[in-house]
Amino acid sequence: MKSCHCGQNSPAQYQELLKVIDRYRHMKGSLIPLLQEAQEIFGYLPGDVMKKISTELKVPFSKTYGAATFYAQFHLQPRGRHVIRVCQGTACHVRGGAKILDAASEQLGIAENGTTEDLRYTLETVACLGACGQGPVLMVNNDTHGRLAAKDVPKILDKYK
Amino acid sequence: MGHLNKLRARFTRHYKDKFNRGRIVVGLGTCGFAAGGDQVLEAIRQETGIRNLDVDIDFTSCIGMCYKEPMVEISLPGMARVIYGDMTPDKVPALLESHIINKHLLKEWAVMQITEEGATLYENIVKMEDNPFFSKQLRTVTSRLGRTNPESISDYVATGGYLALDTALSMQRQDIIEEIKKSGLRGRGGGGFPTGMKWDFVSQAEGAKKYVVCNADEGDPGAFMDRSVLEGDPHAVLEGMAICGYAVGADEGYIYVRAEYPLAIKRLQTAIVRAEEYGLLGKNILGRGFNFKLMIKAGAGAFVCGEETALLTSIEGNRGMPRVRPPFPANRGLWGKPTNLNNVETYANVPFVINRGSDWYASMGTKKSKGSKVFCLTGKINNTGLIEVPMGISLREIIFSIGGGVQNGKKLKAVQIGGPSGGCICEEDLDLPVDYDSLSAAGAMMGSGGLVVLDETTCMVDIARFFLSFTQTESCGKCTPCREGTKRMLEILTRICSGAGKMEDLADLERLGRVMKNTALCGLGQTCANPILSTMRYFKEEYLAHIQDLFCPAGACRALLIYQIDTANCKGCGKCAKICPAGAIRGEKNTPHVIDLEKCIKCGACLTECSFEAIKNDAALSWNKRPNTRRSA
Repeated sequence: MKSCHCGQNSPAQYQELLKVIDRYRHMKGSLIPLLQEAQEIFGYLPGDVMKKISTELKVPFSKTYGAATFYAQFHLQPRGRHVIRVCQGTACHVRGGAKILDAASEQLGIAENGTTEDLRYTLETVACLGACGQGPVLMVNNDTHGRLAAKDVPKILDKYK
Repeated sequence: MGHLNKLRARFTRHYKDKFNRGRIVVGLGTCGFAAGGDQVLEAIRQETGIRNLDVDIDFTSCIGMCYKEPMVEISLPGMARVIYGDMTPDKVPALLESHIINKHLLKEWAVMQITEEGATLYENIVKMEDNPFFSKQLRTVTSRLGRTNPESISDYVATGGYLALDTALSMQRQDIIEEIKKSGLRGRGGGGFPTGMKWDFVSQAEGAKKYVVCNADEGDPGAFMDRSVLEGDPHAVLEGMAICGYAVGADEGYIYVRAEYPLAIKRLQTAIVRAEEYGLLGKNILGRGFNFKLMIKAGAGAFVCGEETALLTSIEGNRGMPRVRPPFPANRGLWGKPTNLNNVETYANVPFVINRGSDWYASMGTKKSKGSKVFCLTGKINNTGLIEVPMGISLREIIFSIGGGVQNGKKLKAVQIGGPSGGCICEEDLDLPVDYDSLSAAGAMMGSGGLVVLDETTCMVDIARFFLSFTQTESCGKCTPCREGTKRMLEILTRICSGAGKMEDLADLERLGRVMKNTALCGLGQTCANPILSTMRYFKEEYLAHIQDLFCPAGACRALLIYQIDTANCKGCGKCAKICPAGAIRGEKNTPHVIDLEKCIKCGACLTECSFEAIKNDAALSWNKRPNTRRSA
């Protein structure tokens, strides 16, 4: 698979980053949207990217790092191409959300917040996806899958290559 | 009036024309997608192509009947709109053949019909207003959900959209605020602060620059009201915010949406672009000289950002931590400027108040809680979904009339209302009127509107532990009471659930809860003990059973379960002994097996493996045959 450079990010990605920074440079409150877009480009937030953002926006690195580590959305480690988020909300909890998590974890051989070695999947939990009527629910990237039983999980995950 | 009138005339024509042709509409909210609505839509596209059917295909948002998703609506010219539920791609050919080609209603799959002006009704199928799920509802904010295309500004304007903004722009600013005050509208995000009063504070606050902010950071697990409204009627929120902006003197607004709601963000973006195109947002709105620019901020995943000061700090680009109030955001909010902050549902109510008048609005509800409220019915209930009911309706009516009662004929144990800040209402209190004050008095709270039904298999200690593990993870760590308190309370609850609880734990929980209520910095910490305190208030017995008898009456706490083999059912096939990872099951071939309780790790593998229902872990059995473990108190 070509997407894996074993932690090395391509010059094209940095070019992209500079363009995004230019777009946000003079906007108020731009740090978080900028981090969000940087993460879109790199798939996670490498240290030198956060440093670059700090320098360009003229904010202390501690502030950038502080924001990046505060929000659940930001990741400082490379992540899988497909992010699986198993809902652990109240409605899913009482309908067996934990079993869905176990099934996914067992199939992929990774624990919560883990990433498979081939960088294909990352497994996460989420407090609520707001699709409680369909619980238990899991989301792969932006697709929501509902009314699950543990046995449905492998079929769904296999679809994401 | 000219500009909007012209638009209205044009869009109303469009809207009416839609019903002059055969139409198929698929419900595509997040829940519709989750149930496979997009596959059904694809199947409909293919089938109409193959059969060369001359019909329009459209989509709508969630009508609220999540339990019937995916839903498809079919209408033929001059006939009522028929809603079909539980659709799958396989059912599509038969459905189209019957309803579109043979013009024959397919009764087995039809859920209800919606009447349009002048349309002929079908026989033998219930009308939407007579369907038990809808008959007791009062749909205002949700009136467009499942009925219009949420990405079409034409549908919105044709159904009365932006009329309120037009009216408001010809009113005095103060008169709008008075109108909102008189309506009795209170904040729908949980706190229930009177909306008109808040607007008044912002309007009177000094400063030339002011902001209007919409809190769409719906983080309560078990709640999706705001998501449904944003996905189903995004323009109503924009219109409400613009009216607010005009009334308080703000020309800029932000909508802070959870990043977990990609569809809501997409529909909001579309709505803003369209509204700007037609001069309904942006510069010189409706030619009246009022400017109002709206921006979307996608949250980055932090529950505490639902707290107003934390939310504003997050928009500013910082760690989303709350700060001490006062000063309140009405005086010092976003970038230090006066800011009005309401939630999605509150803003969505505003156009209705302006259009139909404060007297109409105040005629609904109870003395101190006016209007209607959107709730999410979830958990162990038959009809899960999104409902809107008049304030003051009883929980019993919501659960048994609208919700169709508890799943699988089980007994209702409690209703969790208000999420991690709320509490449980037990069976005896179900006749309480649902309004801000009655619920607070009962130890719960309105919250944003999540209603999770719990049945006899739900353990109340486990539910309290579940909420605490949520608040503990989400505590931002700024103030000590919350940072330390949530951790300690979670430790105690985990201990109780695993059978290591002590009697002193109960007093400790109560004390910690009280201290946090009085000393935590923000609402998250102040209210996070509610789920514990309210379950302790109504279900003390369960706590005692866990601590003194090492027994979970609901059979939910794994560590306290006792697995046994029912000798009457056991055929001695040996499958359970083979699968048991702890080697705890023994027995001769073809004779009943036995579980060694000392070795059993309670994983439940044998239960799933057994084909003869011989493995029991139900509470009654363990209660009767449990080893003598009662300890002195």
